[in-house]
Amino acid sequence: MFPKIPRVLRLAPLALLLSGCNMVIMDPSGDVAMQQRDLIIISTILMLLIIVPVIVLTLVFAYRYRHTNTAAPYDPEWSHSTRLEVVIWAAPLTIIVALGALTWVATHLLDPYRPITRLDAARAVPVESRSLTVEVVALDWKWLFIYPDLGIATVNELAAPVDTPIDFRITASSVMNSFAIPALAGQIYAMPGMMTQLHAVINKAGVYDGFSANYSGAGFSDMNFKFHGLSQADFDKWVATVKASGSGAMDRAHYLDLVKPSIKVPVERFDGIDNGLYQAIVDQCAEPGRTCMSDMMRSDSNGGAGKESGATAPGSATPRAADPQRLNSGARLPPAP
Amino acid sequence: MTLSPDLLKFVFGRFSLASLPFDEPIVLGTFIMVALGGIALLSVLTYYRVWPYLWREWFTSVDHKRIGIMYCILAFVMLLRGFSDAIMMRAQQSMAFNGNEGFLPPHHYDQVFTAHGVIMIFFMAMPFVTGLMNFVVPLQIGARDVAFPFLNNFSFWMTVGGAILIMMSLFVGEFARTGWLAYPPLSGYDASPDVGVDYYIWSLQIAGIGTLLSGVNLIATIVKMRAPGMTMMKLPIFTWTALCTNILIVAAFPVLTAVLALLSLDRYVGTNFFTNNLGGNPMMYVNLIWIWGHPEVYILILPAFGIYSEVVSTFCSKRLFGYTSMVYATVVITILAYLVWLHHFFTMGSGASVNSFFGITTMIISIPTGAKIFNWLFTMYRGRIRYEVPMLWTIGFMVTFTIGGMTGVLLAVPPADFQLHNSLFLVAHFHNVIIGGVVFGVFAGINYWFPKAFGFKLDAFWGKVSFWFWIVGFYFAFMPLYVLGLMGVTRRLNHFDDPSLQVWFILAAFGAFLIALGILAFIIQMVVSVRNREALRDWTGDPWDGRTLEWSTSSPPPDYNFAFTPIVHAHDAWYDMKQRGHTRVTAGYFAIHMPKSTGTGVILAGLSTAFGAAMIWYVWWLAAVSFVAILAVAIGHTFNYARDYFIPVEEVIRTEQLRTTFQAAE
Amino acid sequence: MSTQAITPGTGEPIAFYVTEEEHVHAGHSTMLGFWLYLMSDCLIFAALFATYAVLGRNYAGGPSAAQLFELPTVALNTAMLLLSSITYGFAMLEMAANRKAGTMIWLVITGLFGAAFIYFELHEFAGLIAEGATPQRSAFLSSFFTLVGTHGVHVTVGIIWLITLLVQVGQRGLTDDNKRRLMCLSLFWHFLDVVWIGVFSFVYLLGVLR
Repeated sequence: MFPKIPRVLRLAPLALLLSGCNMVIMDPSGDVAMQQRDLIIISTILMLLIIVPVIVLTLVFAYRYRHTNTAAPYDPEWSHSTRLEVVIWAAPLTIIVALGALTWVATHLLDPYRPITRLDAARAVPVESRSLTVEVVALDWKWLFIYPDLGIATVNELAAPVDTPIDFRITASSVMNSFAIPALAGQIYAMPGMMTQLHAVINKAGVYDGFSANYSGAGFSDMNFKFHGLSQADFDKWVATVKASGSGAMDRAHYLDLVKPSIKVPVERFDGIDNGLYQAIVDQCAEPGRTCMSDMMRSDSNGGAGKESGATAPGSATPRAADPQRLNSGARLPPAP
Repeated sequence: MTLSPDLLKFVFGRFSLASLPFDEPIVLGTFIMVALGGIALLSVLTYYRVWPYLWREWFTSVDHKRIGIMYCILAFVMLLRGFSDAIMMRAQQSMAFNGNEGFLPPHHYDQVFTAHGVIMIFFMAMPFVTGLMNFVVPLQIGARDVAFPFLNNFSFWMTVGGAILIMMSLFVGEFARTGWLAYPPLSGYDASPDVGVDYYIWSLQIAGIGTLLSGVNLIATIVKMRAPGMTMMKLPIFTWTALCTNILIVAAFPVLTAVLALLSLDRYVGTNFFTNNLGGNPMMYVNLIWIWGHPEVYILILPAFGIYSEVVSTFCSKRLFGYTSMVYATVVITILAYLVWLHHFFTMGSGASVNSFFGITTMIISIPTGAKIFNWLFTMYRGRIRYEVPMLWTIGFMVTFTIGGMTGVLLAVPPADFQLHNSLFLVAHFHNVIIGGVVFGVFAGINYWFPKAFGFKLDAFWGKVSFWFWIVGFYFAFMPLYVLGLMGVTRRLNHFDDPSLQVWFILAAFGAFLIALGILAFIIQMVVSVRNREALRDWTGDPWDGRTLEWSTSSPPPDYNFAFTPIVHAHDAWYDMKQRGHTRVTAGYFAIHMPKSTGTGVILAGLSTAFGAAMIWYVWWLAAVSFVAILAVAIGHTFNYARDYFIPVEEVIRTEQLRTTFQAAE
Repeated sequence: MSTQAITPGTGEPIAFYVTEEEHVHAGHSTMLGFWLYLMSDCLIFAALFATYAVLGRNYAGGPSAAQLFELPTVALNTAMLLLSSITYGFAMLEMAANRKAGTMIWLVITGLFGAAFIYFELHEFAGLIAEGATPQRSAFLSSFFTLVGTHGVHVTVGIIWLITLLVQVGQRGLTDDNKRRLMCLSLFWHFLDVVWIGVFSFVYLLGVLR
């Protein structure tokens, strides 16, 4: 037989391995992610209440009622017990009622569309505090961040002051992505022609990983960015640097350049923005000659544009000609300079 | 003489020599290996003149047992393909660190993970489950065949047709680079204009027709063809789960057919269902595909639950605990399977009330599932557990699946899902339930019913070796993925920056290697068993002291399954018969009415495959010709009224007397 | 007989096998099987209806349902299909009375009504496309053409099937097999009628009212 090693000791190498890695979801730096972490832990404990006995009983029964153990009772006809059946159904039911209630409350509380009401467990959001709005665009294959209130924009770099509510507005240019910064808060999809929202706050200064969490094509693996949680002073300094960079504004011309598929795009900063650009991206009409979705929808809700409008397709009709710039056409795209 | 480009384009569509993978050494190497192996196999078959036998006795057979076996063979071949994809992914992810790009560039890697998912679900798990249902259900209910034997053969060959297309994509052109559900706009024409997504669409459409028809077939069989006395509450549990699974198939696969048809219209005609412009809505696709996709996982797991129920009660030599609640649990799961699809995309931002509704319905499914686990548990209680190979798989399942169920419920909590969605935690979860649930169940089922199909048991030693490699390999391969998920690593990544992740990927790759040994041990088990078949022979037809009707007939069963249709008085009908001292009838035989073999299914499926290939490559003339041919053959088939025959009474007597002789010799 | 054992206690013999010869019952599951198939087909339509419900007002700056549909044509179309259902009913009555010629005549009339339906539908489609209201123009038109077109394809298949059955009934008469096939086609035909009533009210009537 095996030499007896205390259980704890046997687990030691595993613990060592686990402590060596950074489980960001278990140790996040933003309050929303922290609450999500707590929810994961509470749910797991609730479920372990039933999972552990089941696994233990399985192994115990498997051992005790083995064929060779003739000492164990054998009752081949016993197949029903109302009391036991009640327990069998009631036990998981109880856990699920508890977990369901928790889910209902937590889902509403942590709804990404809902503005946050607290900075962390101890502090509510001060009444006078203003939130930072960031407009996020998932492009192939990089991220564009527009700060409408600050008049700046960045590519593949995101910064925010600590303990300030952040209001993300998220969309995508062509295919679906998911905007994820695990240390800050759970992800939300970035979808073309639609806008999703995420409210969050970062509590600790630091540099965190952000990425797309939904596969979006050839450049997906490099669609990463760093999220900088900065003190208010550092953040102001960062904004000033961006503004002083003299790199030009994020206008339509720049955007049309940026929207072309590219991989491993370095950080770029823009000291100005075109105010209508983000709405145009959401409306799928940043490219010239395309009708904005909101215009189409206005016409639609007025009962259509009339019979003769059929022949006059707007510029966004799907072209069928072979286009070497197509996203996934198989050509290996060179990394951006 | 040179051919005009227009003519070439007319004849070959968008196919050209550039479509062949001459520039990809890995694919080319695989192709050469497969081609050599294929030629060798074909030559051997030809040399020994096996073709007429195969065609007559197997390919054109409408016997549900042979079709069931062919399904399992197809599934195993596809398991090897899907698993080599898995090994490649694990190898890539364990080496692509610190600027090392690994050996699979994204262009190839993205096809590999897409193909892995599609193959494992549609062409491994589904055929295994369908094959086992096909083989077992008619035997369990005391029927001579399924309700529509020709359709059964046709369904099988359509599944093969889909599998052929997907294998073809490995060497001719390429497969989709979209993930296994091919979400638009990525799978739309603008983002993926090449043949990959078209391979995806047509292989699933063709196989899907087969699956749908086989679902109709098995429901009609179970509803209409049960032995006298077998009321619904005397139905063996496996047949119950098969019934529910096939109801799910009939209710879910049409949605898949419809949504893939809409996607093909977008791609071929230029409609705007799922495009970004002109009013299209990609999220409509995501909703529709999951309305099929979620029931699909229950389609796979329910029959596995049925297998465990049969195995646990047989090898504990004890009645199944809580038969009635088992049945109701199955039915409840069947219904709830339709009310949870949105939990696959909480992160779409549907709003808190919608998300919590779908989160809670998902959790509710764990109640009947939990009840099932308890029922198996209390079947073991006061039993006499014989540790044959199927029982080992069952115990392994009970422990493993419970863990997978727990992480599943965790993912059903929407705010937790916001963090864990699309992460490797999710990947670990669904492999935990699909391997720990479906695959373990399939291996339990194969080890359990193999002696019924072939008349000899499988070698237990190699079966146990396979089991232990699989289960240990499973934990090594997927527990690290849970950890990586908690480290915030998302799925489908081709390479990594953070070196601290690497050790976990290496562990996972090691696990995959152990599973490879498990598969190898399974192959060895087959070979050893066939070589030792005389020693492993079972003449009784009832090697495990079984409880249901399939064990009452000989192994392998005669073409007509039962010389006399059994009359059922209790569930566990065969156990009941044995208890009450029944004896076999050995006189008074009569001629038996049976369906005739036909090659029409093979021909129709072959034409459908040609049609699919033509559509993929835009070879419009071939598409038109094969479409007209499909119609013609199908109509021609309806002019054949002589579809059945009688097995003469002499043959029945001969077969049954043989069994008597062997039983006496036992 | 040896098939019987004795129930302990009561002493009653129990039969374990059906020992008398079975009667041949080919195709006794066919109606159930065909019904199941129809339900699955119904779900395909359900998915297409759902798609239309979601996308049916996305005109994308193009023409709307109210601007495109001409109810009189559609009413004529509907009348053709409803009449074809009635005439199929007459064919079934003749079949029940075992009158081959009557059955075939009513089937031919049914087929002609069906063909007229398809003709008017194609005519409508051609008109729309000529006006520029193509399936590619907007999500509304994509889902409209697909839903109505799928129904039309079904009717076409029904007509092909009907012709096949006409030949088979002509060749072999009203055998059991042929009667069963006629019953299946009857289910199919009426099913398409019901689906069309859904299309008519949900797509055309509601569309014009909008």
